Amino acid sequence: MSRIFIKGNIAVSKGALDAGCRCYFGYPITPQNDIPEFMSKAMPETGGEFVQAESEVAAANMLLGAAACGIRAMTSSSSPGMSLKQEALSYMAGSELPGVIVNMNRGGPGLGDIGPSQGDYFQSVKGGGHGDYKLLVLAPGTVQEAYDLTFLAFELAFAYRNPVLILGDAIIAQMQEPITPRDPLAVDPFEGGSWRLEGAMDREPRILKSLHLTDGALAGHNLKLQEKYQRAAKECRYEEFLTEDAELIVVAYGSIGRIVKSTIRKLRKEGIKAGLVRPITLFPFPSAILESLAHQGRKFLTIEHNMGQMVEDVRLSICGYAKSDFFAQLPGNLPTPNDFEKPIRDALRS
Amino acid sequence: MEEVLAYESPRLLADKLSHYCPGCHHGTVHKLVAQCLEELNLGQNTICVGSIGCSVFIYNYLLLDAVEAPHGRAPAVATGVKRSRPDKFVFTYQGDGDLASIGLAEIMHAANRGEKISVVFVNNTVYGMTGGQMAPTTMIGQQTTTCPGGRCAEREGQPMKMAEIMAGLGGVTYSARVAVNNIKNFKKAKKALKKVFEIQMAGKGFGFIEFLASCPTNWRMTSPAANKRLTEEMIPYFPLGVYKDLEGDA
Repeated sequence: MSRIFIKGNIAVSKGALDAGCRCYFGYPITPQNDIPEFMSKAMPETGGEFVQAESEVAAANMLLGAAACGIRAMTSSSSPGMSLKQEALSYMAGSELPGVIVNMNRGGPGLGDIGPSQGDYFQSVKGGGHGDYKLLVLAPGTVQEAYDLTFLAFELAFAYRNPVLILGDAIIAQMQEPITPRDPLAVDPFEGGSWRLEGAMDREPRILKSLHLTDGALAGHNLKLQEKYQRAAKECRYEEFLTEDAELIVVAYGSIGRIVKSTIRKLRKEGIKAGLVRPITLFPFPSAILESLAHQGRKFLTIEHNMGQMVEDVRLSICGYAKSDFFAQLPGNLPTPNDFEKPIRDALRS
Repeated sequence: MEEVLAYESPRLLADKLSHYCPGCHHGTVHKLVAQCLEELNLGQNTICVGSIGCSVFIYNYLLLDAVEAPHGRAPAVATGVKRSRPDKFVFTYQGDGDLASIGLAEIMHAANRGEKISVVFVNNTVYGMTGGQMAPTTMIGQQTTTCPGGRCAEREGQPMKMAEIMAGLGGVTYSARVAVNNIKNFKKAKKALKKVFEIQMAGKGFGFIEFLASCPTNWRMTSPAANKRLTEEMIPYFPLGVYKDLEGDA
């Protein structure tokens, strides 16, 4: 396949298309508007369906409906819109429905701004809506990864019958890079043969629901969901960069992870022994590798484009075995590799 | 003497005890839905979108594939179902709190888009399952647990007339209001419901039917008194009839 030069938003859209997405439901919000714009043309051209919903609430519920039919479907949004989608995501997790959701994270809380941020980490990996549930969360650090992880998102959504979130940010969304696309997948347009809705067809009716009123039923259901999330631990993915001899492990994800990589590359030339662990799945979180590095006596520095969220998961992973610092890149602006030199030097000295 | 079977329960209706209160019309409407689906031979091809409140249990009574929608969102869920499976027959079943309050945006936009779905709306002027609070359709002067002094237009606004509102939207092919308070109205209701379903079968846009229903428990009335209230108070404010029929014979 020849290389193409595209924006992160288009990479996710094209990734969805090539991964067999048949329905897209969305609502405009900056900085992800390229996705509904792309899909409004691509879906009808390929025999799929595009609906510009009346709200993010409706778009997420349309996704729920399509998911119940075993269709590969997607919605996308950005931070304030994601808050509105949470109700449907909770129902989808509760009803065990597969779907792909994209959040191009912007600055908050509230209307915040349209610049990049990682302020939605908690919302993304800790449930987001009501009840005991998890989304599987994938965090691309490059435009190529945004494309590739969209394939993975659909695969995981159906393998686990759970919503999968692609968590990018305004940098990934708007940045253009060359990528190598794959051959489009030939997928069964109606996956989930054993559970999808299609009319009762001379068999027992199938009911996809999250209501469990009989004694002990909800407890059993919640336990089943938790077992599923534990099973998903094997889907954990991360990038390790120069960690072998590193005295300091920087933990950073998404765009920030990629920028930190440049900083480390530069500092290495001065003999500064820093390495990077860049989580690619934020849930399941790559705790095992962090714990193992902690036992080897490394120091830790978490860098995030927020006031400190993933750092809590880093600290839980290393269980107090290692020193752990945090650097907050304030949201809403675009950091450069130079911005992270001082925090890395400071963490090494401390 | 030979026995002749005069009446049979629809096969799509599950043979189980109803959880609905005595005098509630949900059971009757469920039966009508089952009858119409069966007479149109739709049971094997139908996807039901359930909602919230007393009617959430529709999937326990109708032997159909079903998905449960969050509060008010059934028309959006049904949009996702129908857009991904245009070959399937799709209907929502919603109460007044669900459809006319929290889900007003979803019902109006699905209707306006002309989604090829059928909407069965059961209006009993009160929130049933949550214990009798005020609904958008609660009538002026009607006492509920959240308007104990009776609904007052100045404070709480006027009851919403959904069949008329739906009729005003471009994507709607058919909108009617019916009741099952007596045999005559029951027969008319069945005819209208069948029409709603036939419109979807013909791929001719959005069909809406509002059932006036009684809720003796939350109206604090006996069943006969509730039926009387429906006849004498509800029907004059929410007149029965066909408000839009682009297919003719209105």
